[in-house]
Amino acid sequence: MTTSNSTVPAQHGMAEHSHGAGVPIQIRSARLRSADVADFGPVSRVEEQYRYITSERLAGLDADVLDEYIGDISIKHPEGVTTAWVGSEHPSFGAAGLPEDRPSAAAWGSAEQAYLVTLPGDATADCEVQIGINSETETPSALHIIIDAKPFSRGTVILDHKGSAVLGENVEIIVGDEAEITVISIQDWDTSAVHNSAQFAKLGRNSRLRHMVVSLGGKTLRVSTSAEFTATGGDVELLGMYFADAGQYIENRLYVDHAVPNCKSRVTYKGALQGDKAHTVWVGDVLIRMAAEGTDTYELNRNLLLTDGARADSVPNLEIETGKIEGAGHASASGRFDDEQLFYLQARGINEREARRLVVRGFLNEIIQKIGNEEIESRLSASIEAELERSGS
Amino acid sequence: MAILQIKNLHVTVETEQGTKEILKGVDLIIRSGESHAIMGPNGSGKSTLAYTIAGHPKYTVTEGEILLDGEDVLEMSVDERARAGLFLAMQYPVEIPGVSVSNFLRTAKTAISGEAPALRTWIKDVRGAMDALKMDNTFTERNVNEGFSGGEKKRHEILQLELLKPKFAVLDETDSGLDVDALKIVSEGVNRAKEANDFGLLLITHYTRILKYIKPDFVHVFVAGKIAEQGGPELADRLEAEGYDRYVKA
Repeated sequence: MTTSNSTVPAQHGMAEHSHGAGVPIQIRSARLRSADVADFGPVSRVEEQYRYITSERLAGLDADVLDEYIGDISIKHPEGVTTAWVGSEHPSFGAAGLPEDRPSAAAWGSAEQAYLVTLPGDATADCEVQIGINSETETPSALHIIIDAKPFSRGTVILDHKGSAVLGENVEIIVGDEAEITVISIQDWDTSAVHNSAQFAKLGRNSRLRHMVVSLGGKTLRVSTSAEFTATGGDVELLGMYFADAGQYIENRLYVDHAVPNCKSRVTYKGALQGDKAHTVWVGDVLIRMAAEGTDTYELNRNLLLTDGARADSVPNLEIETGKIEGAGHASASGRFDDEQLFYLQARGINEREARRLVVRGFLNEIIQKIGNEEIESRLSASIEAELERSGS
Repeated sequence: MAILQIKNLHVTVETEQGTKEILKGVDLIIRSGESHAIMGPNGSGKSTLAYTIAGHPKYTVTEGEILLDGEDVLEMSVDERARAGLFLAMQYPVEIPGVSVSNFLRTAKTAISGEAPALRTWIKDVRGAMDALKMDNTFTERNVNEGFSGGEKKRHEILQLELLKPKFAVLDETDSGLDVDALKIVSEGVNRAKEANDFGLLLITHYTRILKYIKPDFVHVFVAGKIAEQGGPELADRLEAEGYDRYVKA
């Protein structure tokens, strides 16, 4: 196993070479990173990034050029937080990462300006920013958001996606030294929406990021979240919760890059599936590079299949280049709804439908309870109720 | 006065070796206030009887009937049976992650009585029953059966028995895995609940030791899927002295 250079240009050059050879890239750090959509070949099952998704599913988000996003963006934030539209010349543009696949690159090149939200260094833990993205535009469009949490800042940023868009999105999250922030991305779209979102986090010294992806509504939801440590003492928690109905496709791709010593990462994703052709994909890549001694990482994915005809793919990948680590582990399990649980609850008078709800709610609760925002918690609980209601289970 | 009648009950289960008949014609009548002990060696079908009464989908009734006050129990779903007044304290209650005991108890009580219990009296009832079973107050915040010790699981079952107030209670080896102190506490809970609600009790056990604390009116010896002998409490004493050998060899 090679230890590749962690600077972007070098990786780009190397990967371009491998890409040209037409051989699937095996080593995670060697994957192509580029802002230029022309560097990426078509969406095809041959490449790991697209092993589960099809071009058809992406509904045009893998085209060379997308429209610029023209839907609503609403924002609520306390004093001190600033917002601005910035061009690619801005130092924050591209500061947290670069696209690793075609749809992300297409959105990157098509959104000339990015919506920059800055949390100042004196922002406190109760600083809550809500960004509402609501669009009915069904032509494939591109949006770029940058969250810049300055050193020592605290706070929560919530990205709330609604409507029926076909949206290619890049979200950059810059977590400054000693900053501690939470970012929650909620995909609660109408049933026709198609959404590809690449979310890049870069963590500074002793910083903490809690990132959560909640995917509920939408025809195709694909969220790729990556976290890269740039200095020691970083701590990232990547949480996810999803609920796929009949015909719905939800993909979550995670990548944690431990490039420096003494950082910690936890990945916990839980999903429920019901209905014919409900399909979820979870791919969790964790790379512990040679230099990343003292790394402590654990990733977990659990899926609960409520009905026949649903499919959950779960693929944890752990690449370890050094033995001098605190701990590294992963767990992945997809199970059918447990009939014994159902029997137990029914034997206490609870009807089947209510029993199923209790079990699903319980299963997802572990994630919901970590949100730490009562309003959102109750909204998500209500959304899950509605999901269960729709299926008539 | 309620009555539970089991008539000529035959039950099969699917195994890897094909369909196997476990119960081979069981007849039993239990009335409100009566305590029946079913005793028998391993594999005699005692637990099958318990789960068949509760309606576990694993078991198929091929012949016979179960009537609760004349109503056909076999026609009812599992939850309908519970709402009709049947309760099964399970030997191996399953974990339900993420569902707290307090949420579970309230949901069950609401389902059984058809309306949500008045909050203040409900909390008082739960606390009172828990205190009596020597369960810590924080217990209600834990997830159902998750990380419970064997004793905690059994106390939790009996807590439900006290709170849900069934007409008939089937206790499936509630005494197994309990030390003497826990056995006493659990038995007292059963006696207290019975005193309060006058239910009919079907106590399934392998051992006689629980019968020191819960006095049966009738003892039935269960062998090879049928009742082989029945009598009063003195039959339990004889089993204590002689064991099941006499029946197994026969």
